[in-house]
Order: sequence, then structure tokens, then C-alpha cells
Amino acid sequence: MDAKFFPQTAELLRFLPEIILTLAGTLLLVMEGFKKDEDSRSLISMLTAVAIGLAMYGTVVAYQNPGMAFSNMLISDGYAAFFRLVVLAVGLLTVLSSSAYLEREKSNTGEFYVLVLFSLAGQCLMAAANELMMVFIGLEVSSIASYILAGYLRDDKRGNESALKYFLLGSFATAFLLYGVAWVYGMTGSTNLVEIRSAIEKGVPSMTMVSAAAGLMLVGFAFKISAAPFQGWAPDVYQGAPAPVSGFLSAGPKAAAFAVMIRVFQTAFEAITPRWEPVLWTMALLTMTIGNFAALWQNNIKRMLGYSSIAHAGYVLVAVTTHSTTGTAAAMFYLAAYGLMNYGAFAIVTHVAGKGEERVTLDDMKGLSQREPAVAAMLTVFLLSLIGVPLTAGFFGKFYIFKAAIDSNMVWLTALGLLNSAVAAYYYLRVLVVMYMHEPETTEHVSTIPGGLKITMWVTAAATLVLGVFPGLVLDFATRFAVLSK
Amino acid sequence: MNLLDILIAAPLLGFLITLALPKGNASLIKMFTLVFSLAVFAGSLLLVGPTLDRPGTMTWVTDAPWIATPAIRYHVGMDGVSLWLVLLSTFLTPISILLSWKYIDHRVKEFFAFLLLLEFGLAGVFVALDLFLFYVFWEVCLVPMYFLIGIWGHDRRIYAAVKFFIYTMAGSVLMLAAILYLYGKAGTFDYPAILLMMESGKLALSHTEEMLLFLAFFLAFAIKVPLFPLHTWLPDAHVEAPTAGSVMLAAVMLKMGTYGILRFCLPMFPNASKENANWIIVLAITGIIYGALVALVQPNMKKLVAYSSVSHLGFVVLGLFSGNQWGLDGAVYQMLAHGISTGALFMLVGFLYERQHSLEIKDYGGVSTPAPWLSTVFLVTTLASIGMPLLNNFIGEYLVLQGAAKVNIWWAVFAATGVILSACYMLWMYQRTFFGETPDEVKHHMHDLKGREWACILPLLALMVWMGIYAQSFLPSIGASNKTVLDRTQPTGAALIVALPATAEVANNGR
Repeated sequence: MDAKFFPQTAELLRFLPEIILTLAGTLLLVMEGFKKDEDSRSLISMLTAVAIGLAMYGTVVAYQNPGMAFSNMLISDGYAAFFRLVVLAVGLLTVLSSSAYLEREKSNTGEFYVLVLFSLAGQCLMAAANELMMVFIGLEVSSIASYILAGYLRDDKRGNESALKYFLLGSFATAFLLYGVAWVYGMTGSTNLVEIRSAIEKGVPSMTMVSAAAGLMLVGFAFKISAAPFQGWAPDVYQGAPAPVSGFLSAGPKAAAFAVMIRVFQTAFEAITPRWEPVLWTMALLTMTIGNFAALWQNNIKRMLGYSSIAHAGYVLVAVTTHSTTGTAAAMFYLAAYGLMNYGAFAIVTHVAGKGEERVTLDDMKGLSQREPAVAAMLTVFLLSLIGVPLTAGFFGKFYIFKAAIDSNMVWLTALGLLNSAVAAYYYLRVLVVMYMHEPETTEHVSTIPGGLKITMWVTAAATLVLGVFPGLVLDFATRFAVLSK
Repeated sequence: MNLLDILIAAPLLGFLITLALPKGNASLIKMFTLVFSLAVFAGSLLLVGPTLDRPGTMTWVTDAPWIATPAIRYHVGMDGVSLWLVLLSTFLTPISILLSWKYIDHRVKEFFAFLLLLEFGLAGVFVALDLFLFYVFWEVCLVPMYFLIGIWGHDRRIYAAVKFFIYTMAGSVLMLAAILYLYGKAGTFDYPAILLMMESGKLALSHTEEMLLFLAFFLAFAIKVPLFPLHTWLPDAHVEAPTAGSVMLAAVMLKMGTYGILRFCLPMFPNASKENANWIIVLAITGIIYGALVALVQPNMKKLVAYSSVSHLGFVVLGLFSGNQWGLDGAVYQMLAHGISTGALFMLVGFLYERQHSLEIKDYGGVSTPAPWLSTVFLVTTLASIGMPLLNNFIGEYLVLQGAAKVNIWWAVFAATGVILSACYMLWMYQRTFFGETPDEVKHHMHDLKGREWACILPLLALMVWMGIYAQSFLPSIGASNKTVLDRTQPTGAALIVALPATAEVANNGR
């Protein structure tokens, strides 16, 4: 525990991804001030991509130097590395698909990329946090950048509404989290996850208070992962935010929040599992059901994907409820797969929506398969994956989750969850229907897909299919890293 | 990697190649898929010999690891029952392609590609020996059929396609839950391994567990069959589907359900199968009579044939749950026979539709005058469908009734009314369509069978006659496979009074 005057090299290496992201973000912010011409925009987006690539490498370095850092505040283990890579990959996809989008919307400024980098730094921190203060800091860094990203198009009314809503509700939820942290500290005298755990095991003045504190923290997490009954913001935000940002929000911060939530509840609060398990059980079921049934009525694709992301959070919650290693591995696999397929779907929405995002209703997708067969085919892959049809990543995600649930004897939750996924098929199918079974209404010239967006689409589609045939590529890592040090 | 693996993979490869072909060149796409599927069919004929040598055991087995955790294996193999069902799929795919030659005029590439993807799924379903692999193929079949109905169907195609998808999906997710539960118990998805564990007592299911698992599997299969009262998706799907879709749906896809019952429900859950047999048989007989009665009043030909399928498939379920060799053999034979004759019926109705663009019986009349050959072929198929001796359906229906009578004579009595009713609705439709006054419309549009249409229908006619006259080509291998199922369901040997040769004899005497 003794702190040195200078941090040790190993500690710095364990913190490398965050260092790279923060440095790059700061440098780009300064550079942005000096370069105002159009060319430097693409330079900045390229440098951002390089920075994220470097951070990925930094993650590998951190993984090779496992252990604690900075007075046990951070932990660099396989679990952290897995989630760092997931959020960085999502970030990379965001950067790739954003530059053309921002150009189209005439808001291509460097701040966007800087915000993405800072948000990623926060998410990486969350993945590696071993301490409630770090959890909070990571969450705030990630969230504040996300709030701004959601309202990045300043002149867009819906974007502003989305950002404001996200900000107000988000701050409110974070306050709950912080309040919970304070209670935990009061009860156990520590904010370190491992110490909290041992304090609870040794005995605390009031188990009820600890449970209540865990409950308060759960409120904060539930908001971030859009779990019922704190899911209300998600559809509004995803609908109003710029499409590439919606994709980012639905995949990156959510994965990081799940990472933290799983770590906190499985290390610090493991002793009170019987108390939180029924709560999570109910929450999982509610989240799936509300998300899926609400999505049935949506005509706006972004809004529908918003509700669908609530439903998918419900599936992951099933895995969290199992509080087993297989469950954790399933959640990890699912979040990675979900990141790919959902980002892919949003990338296609980004393209189809057109200038000003005016074409985002189901009717606008009419006859897409004839206007742009490749785009329609890729969206089909993503939607089938979201439904959970075999030979796609989404299928194995669901499969591992429900297998873990069965292993933990949650037969009813499994049955209800699977029936839920049958309901979900309906609204995804509606998109397939309009794409393939209706004639196109416009004869408008098809706009070409910008390079970065094209790469995003193809990479996510290919990865969705590859993971659907060889899930072991990711699952093996997830299984290996799902064991949390306690 | 053996011949079977190649034949499973080939349609998938064909699907990908078709997608890569140039979109504008429709004739190239059609030629390619036709030749490709014919080659697959020719290859599948090579499977017959070795499987017939040992029909009671699995041949052409490949067992390779696919996914490490959880242990999912690519485990396939075929016995006397799967052999014929695979052949049915590979046989009908080129015919369906030929059938759609002119009928499909827009988005040609996707259509023929989807037919090959469907073949891939179907072939896989009938040979998968790993529960997980089975589920994968089961679901894979869903996607191409959904598009076939939804894109190339008639007016209400979208409603029908979505209904089809959701119905099947709802059933199959419960099956997935059951598969996962079994995995939790057994630690493997490998079907033969699970059966072995059950036999040796290593895997013991409590009564409730067995009941629930049985029901979860059965529900998925019953929706697909479809068993009354879960049949409502079928008429919609059939009426709206393009001809080739109807043919594949009726001839092969419905058999996925009955095959699933035979392959998985009966051997894995023998006690639950026996306990539930009574109400299932009641539903099956209700379906036989109900389907026939509804068919009787249908003004739409395709709907009529669709309801006749509900009735015919009721026979199959009745046979499967009568629990003796006759019933089982009859059920499988009926599966194949129904595939051929109902496939042919849908095809012929499709021919009529292509000529006059109507499916309503009232729009036709006196067709036999302008199209004598079409009428003759239609008549033979009609007779086959109503169970005329010397044609295919008779053998299956007879064996099923025999098996049912063995258990409860009343079952046979009630089910037999379905045979009588089938004669009523089919012949009545035939009369209204082909005889009587010839309206000007019909005179104007109707012409006789052409070369391509002959090529589609002749192989089916030949099989109808072959299967009706010489059932011995098929029954021994089916019987040997079924015997292994019966050995599991009635280990005391009580059911073995009906040995294999006896079955064959029945078939011969029957005719």
C-alpha cells in the first residue's frame, strides 16, 4: 500500500491505455486550435484512430503486466483488458464512421474526436477500476463526454433535447451512485472492492444498510445500462443523438457500465448475493419485456434500436444475475457481439438516414434491397443477429447467456427470456419486410458510401458472421478472463 | 470428410456462388442453380447403397469438434429414415428450380440462391446428431423460407411470412431451452451420447423433468407439423407462397416436425411419450377430420390442398404415437408419400395459376377439354392423394390405420373417416375444375403441359407409382430404423411382436 514518490514503471504500464488516450486527447485539442482548414479535419480523425490503435496496444501491454496500480485503485487483469478492447473497438468504429457524417452535417470539428477519446479514457478506467472512487471518476469522465457528444449537432433541436435529457437524468442517477458509495464507506470504512468484501464478510453493523447502499449503487448502474425501471431516457437519447453517436452510446459506455457493475457486485457485494439476486432477476425480466414490447410499436428506426438496446441490456442482466463464471463470460461475449452488430446497424442507419437524418422511419427503408442490395444484406445480417438466428454472433451471445442461466437453475427466467426473444423477432422482421418486400418509393440517386463508413459496415458484418460460426475466437478469452480476483 | 459432409456443404457453396453471379444474367443464374442442384441430387443417390446395407445404424458418420466450450460437435450421420428425407430434399430442389423457371421474373438471383440455402438447411436438419447442430439447421431453414414467401408471394405475403416466422420461432426457442437444460444435465449436446447415458442410467430425469422437456420439444415440432390447433400459419403460408415455396414447404419442411418427433421426442422421452400419447392422438385425429372438413368448403385450391396437408399430417402423428412398428413405418412412409403427392398437387395448382392467374375453383371449369394431359396428370395425383391402392399414399395410410387399430380400434375408425372425406374434397374439386362447361376465360388461357412442365411432374408421377407398387424398396430400411426407436420406447420387447418381415408382408398384402 505504501506509495512511492515516483510511480513504478509497472504501474504506469498498467495504466497505459488511459495515459495514451488522455495525452492524445489533450494534444489534439490544442492542435485543433491551430488548424482550422478542412484538410486538418481528416488529419485529426486519422490521428484519433491511430491513438485508439495505440491504446489497444497499450491494453495488451497492460495485460502483460498484471497486477494492481496506484495504491490498489486500479487493477490490470484479463477482465479489464477484455473490456478495454471492446470499448476501444467501438470507439474506433465510431471514429471511422463519423468523419463523413460530420462533414455531411457541416459540423466537422476536432472536438468531436477529442470527446470520443476522453469518453474512451473514462470507459477504460471503469473497466480497470478496483475502487469505488475510481468507478465514479471513470463513470463521470465517460458520461460528461457522452452528454456533449449526444448534443454535438448544436443546431439540431432533437439533439439538444437528447443531450439535456441525458445530462439531467444521468447526473441524477450518478448522485444515487455516489450516495451509495458514501454509505458503503460509512459501513465498511473502505472504498476498495476487496476490502469492502472482507469487511462485509467479517461483519458490519447493519446488513440492511449495506444492502441499501448496494441498492443505491444499483440505481446508478441501472441508469447507465438502461435497465428497467430506469430505462426511460434511452429511446429519446438514441433517437435524438447523431446516429454514429447513438451507436457509440449503445455499445461502448454500456459495456463499460456492465463491466463495473459485474465487478462490484461479484467482488464487493458477493456476500450479500441472496439479497440482490432477486432484485436483478426481476430487473432483468422487466428490462427485456419492456424493451421488446415497446419496440414493437416504433416506426423510427433509431428509436426502435433504442428500445431494442434496452431489451438487450435485459439479456445481459440475466447473465449478471447468475453470478457465475460462465455467466460473466457469457455477458462479456454478449457485450462484444452486441457492440459489433448494433454498431453495424447504426452505421447503416447513418448511411440511409441521409443529410440531416431525415430518412429514419421504416417507410424510408422501403425497397432498400433493390436500391442498395449490399447495404440491405448487411443490415439483414445485423438484424438476424439481433434476433438471435444461428450462424450469427447474436445467436451465440443469447445461447451462452441462457445456458449460464440454466446452469444456475434459473429455468423460468430462461424460458421467459427466450420467449421474449421470439417477440423481439417481430419488430426486427418489420425492417426486413420493408427492405425486401416493398417496392422502393423514391427513385432518388443512391449516394455513395464514404470509405470509413463502408469499412465499418463490412468489418462489423464480417465479424458478426465469423463469430456466428467460430464463437471460440472471443469466447475463449471471455472464459479465461471471467474469473475476477477477489 | 465423407460424401455426406460434401453434400451438406455443397448447397451452401452454391448459395454463395449464386450470390456472386452477375445480377442481370438471369438465364446463367437459373442454369447454374439447376445444374448445381442436379449434381447434388446425383451425389445424394450415391448415399443410398451403404445406408441400405445397415439401415438400423448410423452410416456416413462424421464427428468433429466445432466449438470448444461448451462442447458442440459437428456430428452427422444417416440411417434408413434420414436417408429418404435427405433424398426428398435433394430431389425436390432441382424440380423447384425448374418449376420457377418462368414464374419468377423479378429478383431472380435472390430467389434461386434462397432455394439452395433452403436445401442446405433441410439436408442438415435430417442428419444432425448433435442437438445444438440440429437446432442451428432448424433455424437456418426458417430464413430462406421467410424470404421466399415474403418477397415472391401473393397479395398477403407479408402477413403470411411474418406469421410463419413468429410461430416457428416461438416454438423453437422453447426447444432451445430444453436443449440447454439437457446439456446442463448431461454435459453434452451429442445425441447418441445422451441416449447412451440415459440407457445406462447415468442421466436420470425425474418424472416432471421428462414431462416438461418432452412438451418443450414436442411443441416446437407440433407447430411445424402442424398439429391441430397449431396449424393456423400453414394455410396462410401456403396460399401466399410462390409455387416452389409451397412445394418445398409442404413436401419437406413439414416433415421436419414429424422427423423431430420420431428422432428426438420418442427415443429421449419414452415414458412421457407414452403418457401423452392419448391426448396427442386425439388432437391428431381431430386434425385429420377437421382438416378434411375445412378442405371440403374451401373455394381456393391452394387453401384446399393446404388443409388436406393438415389432415394428412394428422395421420403421421397418429402413426408416430401408436407406438408399434406398423404405426411408425406407416408414419414415415406417409411422410415421404405426402411429400411426393402434395408436392405434385401444389405444382399442378401452380401450373393452373400460371395459365389463368387465379386460384379460385369457381374461375375454372372444363379444363380437361383444352388441356387433356394436364387433367390426366392431375387426376393421377388426386387419386394418389386420396389413398388409391397402387399409388403411394395408400401404403402409408393403411399401415398407420393398422397400427392404430392394434392399439384402439376406435382411433382407426375415426381416422379412416378422414380417408373417405379426402376422396370427397379432392374429387369434388377435380370435378368442378376439370369437367363441366368450359368458360371462355379458360378456353382462352388454357393450354396443355409443355416440355419443362413435363420434366417437373414426370419424376413425381413415376415415384407415386413406384412407391405404390413396390414399397419394398423403401420399407425395410425405414422399418429397421424405426425398430431401434421402438427398442428404446418399449425395452420389454412387448412391441417386438411385429417384426420387420411382417411389416413388409403387410405392405404387400395391403396392395
